[in-house]
Amino acid sequence: MAATEMQAGSDQRLYIPRLAFRNKLGAGFFAICLAGTLVGVVFLAFLLLDVWRDGAGFLRWEFLQNFPSRFPERAGFQSALWGSLWLIATTAILAFPIGVGAAIYLEEYAPRNFVTKAIQTNISNLAGVPSIVFGILGLQLFVRGTIGIGPSIAGGFGRSIIAGGATMALLILPIVIVAAQESIRAVPPSLREASYGVGATRWQTIWHHVLPQAFPGIMTGTILALSRAIGETAPLIMIGALTFVAFRPESPLDPFTVMPIQIYNWVARPQPEFQDLAATGIIVLLVMLLSMNAIAVLLRQWTGRRYGR
Amino acid sequence: MAAGTAAAGGSAAAQFQRRRGRELFEQAIGYALFLCAALTVLTTVGIVIILVVEGLQFFRDVSPWEFFTGTKWTPLYTNQAFGVLPLIGGTLLVALGAALISVPVGSASAIYLSEFASPRTRAVVKPILEILAGVPTVVYGYFALTAVTPLLRATLFPETEIFNALSAMVVVGIMTIPMVSSLSDDALHAVPADLREAAYGVGATKFEVVTRVVYPAALSGIIASYILAASRAIGETMAVTIAAGASPNLTANPLESIQTMTAYIVQVSLGDTPHGTIEFRTIFVVALTLFVMTLVMNIIAARVTARFREVYD
Repeated sequence: MAATEMQAGSDQRLYIPRLAFRNKLGAGFFAICLAGTLVGVVFLAFLLLDVWRDGAGFLRWEFLQNFPSRFPERAGFQSALWGSLWLIATTAILAFPIGVGAAIYLEEYAPRNFVTKAIQTNISNLAGVPSIVFGILGLQLFVRGTIGIGPSIAGGFGRSIIAGGATMALLILPIVIVAAQESIRAVPPSLREASYGVGATRWQTIWHHVLPQAFPGIMTGTILALSRAIGETAPLIMIGALTFVAFRPESPLDPFTVMPIQIYNWVARPQPEFQDLAATGIIVLLVMLLSMNAIAVLLRQWTGRRYGR
Repeated sequence: MAAGTAAAGGSAAAQFQRRRGRELFEQAIGYALFLCAALTVLTTVGIVIILVVEGLQFFRDVSPWEFFTGTKWTPLYTNQAFGVLPLIGGTLLVALGAALISVPVGSASAIYLSEFASPRTRAVVKPILEILAGVPTVVYGYFALTAVTPLLRATLFPETEIFNALSAMVVVGIMTIPMVSSLSDDALHAVPADLREAAYGVGATKFEVVTRVVYPAALSGIIASYILAASRAIGETMAVTIAAGASPNLTANPLESIQTMTAYIVQVSLGDTPHGTIEFRTIFVVALTLFVMTLVMNIIAARVTARFREVYD
């Protein structure tokens, strides 16, 4: 700055554009921003390639059919795969109705007052609570059936699928609620007014008009939330999902393991064969996640076309 | 409507009954929906009660002073010491290192996406970056242990330990990039176009418009994204459990093995520490510390964002 002023004094010009220099600076800046963006993309590509290179060797049908074993060539993913499916189903059954119900309340019923604001703030804060803390909540409340004060809830559910599903449901509830709220908010008010105009009650309006319109958006949000739950490990370790399960769960009260926990178990072993098995497990997990995300994206596009949004 | 109901429903009494029934039903639905929303508040209350009740029990045996200022953490050994600083230090070391990656890289990505990229590029690149946040953290842990650490040992730092903070920093930094880039991108996007146009109008180059006008105007939203990314890094569990090790170690050297608060909680819950002992109670105090730290950061981020909304709405 000082140099510019001195020059301006000497050759009678108030301002020297130095455009070439400034443009060069701009080009450098562009290059830095582009490079920064590429860091993430390249890292992701490198990670996927690495996992594929390590894990492709064990990728065959027996891997999905076998149970965990001390021998890497005989070890498989069956109990983890089924455990994850059971867990996701339980989580969905619990989180979907409660999450949508909460969203309907906040969007359609809640008065604009202190309580509503507190609930809304609380939801966004819950979304930021570390997942392992939810694990501790699940361990005390669902596994052991007590929060330390007050009566015990029939001794809890033990280390079962239902305890895991309930914990996961609480964990993803904030995501489901916020997604459902956005979908419900996007339904045009004219629709509600028309329904009220012909004499429908509040619930009739919501059930017959608002929810069907918002449904695909709600589903997209729920599937994305469930895909977060399927990759979660820490809270399930807390509630004691076992790492060695050589059977398929048959009921929600059975003990279980899930894909990420089985992967963690293999990663933590010193033998390189088990680390490759972990990579194979990661491939299966990522394929499942990718399919869920693809369904969510397709659902979103389909909605866009149907309602012209 | 009244005429239709009367024709279908018969006497006035029956009609009244039906309407009364519907009103009760509507009311019941309203209460049920309120309960769904209230459940989220009960969740928070449950978390706080559990952590505080067990935490208070813990502080009957160990003074808060010893807990918060002690520099040795060995609750699982015979020679017990309950100083949480090594765990907090390990956690902050990883979070700080992660921020050194996610803040500059995420900011550069956000500026590229918001100011340079064409809508088509943006539509492709933004979801790709967001995949980084969707990859399960156990996968990052695997990658840190089997790819990042061997790479560090083979190239830059041969003295790196098998379990080390640096590899955890790298992967946690990468996984929080989308948090910074997406939220900062939203903040940059919210800057009104007339600010940019005014700057171009007085002859500024694109570089100057972005760095001197748009970025400062979006600063509060961008800072909120940094805080949220740091808070996420502090609560991150599996990647640090797998990659950073299990040795509580008050050090600033990222090549050494450390232990974070989250990794300690996992270690105890995987072991066979019996419930109700002081060893087991440590996980509740550590979790309480963790909960308070992330909560404070999230509240600060929300405050900062709220201010930013006021200015531009």
